[in-house]
Amino acid sequence: MWDMDAARAALPVVLSGFGVTLLATVLGFAVAVVAGLGVALVQRSGPRWIALPVGALASFVRSTPVMVQLFAAWVLVPGLDPLTLGVLVLGLHYATYLSEVYRAGIDAVPKGQWEACTALSLPRRRVWRAVVLPQAVRKVLPALGNYAVSMFKETPFLSVITVNEMVHEASTFGSTHFAYLESFTLAAAVFLLASWPTSVLVRRLEARLAH
Amino acid sequence: MPTETDHGPEKVRFARVTKRFGDHTVLDGLDLAVAPGERVTLIGPSGSGKTTILRLLMTLERVTDGVVHVDGEPYSHMPSGRAGDKLVPADERYLAPRRRRVGMVFQQFNLFPHMSVLANVMEAPRHVLGLDGDEAAARARDLLGLVGLAEKEDEHPTRLSGGQQQRVAIARALAMRPELLLLDEVTSALDPELVAEVLDVLRDVAAGTDITMLCVTHEMGFARDISHRILMFDEGRVLESDAPERLLDDPEHERTRAFLRSIG
Repeated sequence: MWDMDAARAALPVVLSGFGVTLLATVLGFAVAVVAGLGVALVQRSGPRWIALPVGALASFVRSTPVMVQLFAAWVLVPGLDPLTLGVLVLGLHYATYLSEVYRAGIDAVPKGQWEACTALSLPRRRVWRAVVLPQAVRKVLPALGNYAVSMFKETPFLSVITVNEMVHEASTFGSTHFAYLESFTLAAAVFLLASWPTSVLVRRLEARLAH
Repeated sequence: MPTETDHGPEKVRFARVTKRFGDHTVLDGLDLAVAPGERVTLIGPSGSGKTTILRLLMTLERVTDGVVHVDGEPYSHMPSGRAGDKLVPADERYLAPRRRRVGMVFQQFNLFPHMSVLANVMEAPRHVLGLDGDEAAARARDLLGLVGLAEKEDEHPTRLSGGQQQRVAIARALAMRPELLLLDEVTSALDPELVAEVLDVLRDVAAGTDITMLCVTHEMGFARDISHRILMFDEGRVLESDAPERLLDDPEHERTRAFLRSIG
């Protein structure tokens, strides 16, 4: 049964874990946003000898579970603290999704925009930086937002490599106080409170960009 | 095989240029010369290769065979080999400085929708010619004044009418101070009541500069006003070529007469 005292004791512990969860999400997504763009650009206009292996690696990462990758990295890359390792693995895992999102956005930029750039003799870098990417990213902003929310909800996987994120903290509290119901319910509530408004925001953004 | 031709005074020369898309031949061994400062209008049924000529000059397409020359030197190709006597397809390094002398205005405007009108016009002067922000802005404002849109500099293109957008596109092309300006059906996407404002601007440009102009259009009144010469295209070849009065009022070929009747 629900024990109000246990819940009261669990709340600060769970919230302290939330800080780690949030940190992992923000840093992990930053990695994903940058690395995903890198993968998309390399696949689109990099030389074949690098585009091919990067593409193969990306689809390999995309089609294996993130938890397996966490364990593998945990074993294969010693010496990194769990949070850093978790952020990198989660970030690179999502980078492989985001690269596809970027690709769709880049493909959606009309051919006429590229032709205008040629007609103005704009250098290649400038074409990407000033013309193509701003338009591509605008088109995929809602999709990026959805992936951010989705990554946020996958941070509990980091507990398998001992990152003390929110679910890890809830679990520890649950086992020491035998109050799993309270601690996990609170963790779930915090997830809901954080991701629901974010989803609403993303949907609003989507609606605004639609016209 | 492409061979070097004499260095004439021509601004543009097409030497036996063929362009095929798959097994469809759009240009078939075309020879064409345009003098500096000349205004040439290309007319003919759609699919007759007029637009392809402009797109080859803008390097948006590559020739299948033959050589395009600009300012008396190879343009689609570049000299190669130990003696520089062989021609190979031009690479980006060879093309970049030469392409800058060519500008183009498109049927669909192709303005950058996420930039203001002013930023659209400033973009190339700043980032290609290396002007600083103030110089580029001053040049852009001059040109926006020329096309009658000085008060719209902060607007985004999507908030302008088609005619206004096309005038911005003209200003954007002129900001590079091109020596050769390509106009590809620049009024075809416009509502009829917006055509005149764009053509008036182009008449001013034609009257006020000595830019060489190649123009694909169905506006025969405009063609008559600005052209020194009109070329009638049919099936990838020049069917006839003459001064506007002669070609429009007294064409030699029945096909030309039929075409002129069809566009009324």
